[in-house]
Amino acid sequence: MTTLPSEVASDSRSSPPRWLLRFDRCERAVHWCTAALVLVLMVTAAVLYIGELSVVVGRRQVVRRVHVVAGLLLPVPVVLGLAGRWRRGLVADIRAFNRWDGHDRRWLRSRGRDPAVRVGKFNAGQKLNAAFVAGAGVVMLGTGSIMHWFSPFPVSWRTGATFVHDWTALALTLVVLGHVWMALSDSDAFRGMVSGRVPASWARVRRPRWYEEMTGRPAAGDQPGPET
Amino acid sequence: MAGPDATREAPIGRRVFLGMVGLGGVGVLFGARIQDRLERVVQGVAGRLGLESLAPSGRFRIYTVTGSLPQRSEAEYRLWVGGHVDRQLELTAADLKSLPVTRLTRDFQCVTGWRVRDVKWKGVRLAELLDRAGVRVGAGGVRFYSFDGRYTESLTLDQARREDVIVAWEMLGRPITTAHGGPVRLYVAPMYGYKSCKWLERVEVTEGPPAPGFWEERGYDVDAWIGRSNGRDDPPV
Repeated sequence: MTTLPSEVASDSRSSPPRWLLRFDRCERAVHWCTAALVLVLMVTAAVLYIGELSVVVGRRQVVRRVHVVAGLLLPVPVVLGLAGRWRRGLVADIRAFNRWDGHDRRWLRSRGRDPAVRVGKFNAGQKLNAAFVAGAGVVMLGTGSIMHWFSPFPVSWRTGATFVHDWTALALTLVVLGHVWMALSDSDAFRGMVSGRVPASWARVRRPRWYEEMTGRPAAGDQPGPET
Repeated sequence: MAGPDATREAPIGRRVFLGMVGLGGVGVLFGARIQDRLERVVQGVAGRLGLESLAPSGRFRIYTVTGSLPQRSEAEYRLWVGGHVDRQLELTAADLKSLPVTRLTRDFQCVTGWRVRDVKWKGVRLAELLDRAGVRVGAGGVRFYSFDGRYTESLTLDQARREDVIVAWEMLGRPITTAHGGPVRLYVAPMYGYKSCKWLERVEVTEGPPAPGFWEERGYDVDAWIGRSNGRDDPPV
């Protein structure tokens, strides 16, 4: 990996910055802790769910316990990330996920191909992914809890919760695989979540409106950074 | 053509989020009904595509309580029947197969909710084995031991004598696989799946009422009638 320059753009009127801070330490910690929990959940779920794997691994009570504990821990990174002064970046991003304007709608309709669309920090696909995963996470936590502590609930709820848990898991798996695939196929974007920084040249092209917010320079006419 | 309007903002993210949560809630309330319909469709489609093991409904899930699957070939298999009886029996797989055959086709219902429709079974009635061993006066229950070394189950003597309780060597139209509890397992048709002890090795007639089995020590009902126990109301098979 290349060494990262310590200068990160905040306000530079002189020369264009080479790197932009995309995700702060808190956001990265939240992301990777959540990712680790999701990995544990997916592996244990596969063992509980796919007969061929159940047969190889066995120890159903242990696997189930690990799955339940990891599931209950799932909201902890986000909650901790929002619990202190370090929350600023995270809150700003959640706000950005929530708000859609004309660019996002156009982006979605043209599936990112409309040249008139100028993407902000996140494109509409990322916004949709974030909202879906957040909603699905709550659904998984709720239905999983009903499945685990079933006694106070009517039986049809328990069956319904299992039904929802299974199908949401299937949808989530596809979405998470898609997310990983996209991340691995764009090394600059991936670097943003690993080190926190992305090349300004990447942002200028892929996230022009965010580039403008961050640098105060126009993305279109600006001289490319020395790297491109 | 006008460019995209950056000022027209809406909280779409929140709507998607709340929509997902709402959909999940509706699914919990009505999922049981939806599942029932869907099961027939999905099972058919997945069956045609050869994807039964991934479709989220209508298929067996393999549960084991030990770390690995206990292996025993049909040749080395022995079933021991003893306890409070006149004659202890030690039966080979061939001995079992020489006894009067009983065939059943029933849904298999698990206490965790899944159900596999119309499973074919072939075996010998447990009552037949008990009669051959000669249950002594004063016997009250039957205890089952798995050769996984861990799993146990039990029935009252009356339950054990039912016509739909068999010691099976065929399931789904073929010899029982190791994953499904082969070469020989118990099948208690009217009760939840945990009663149908896999890898059956020992049948012990006991004096008092039946002792709780593996899952029953962990909270499941000892009388595991489908639809009338464990707080569930599944239709009987």
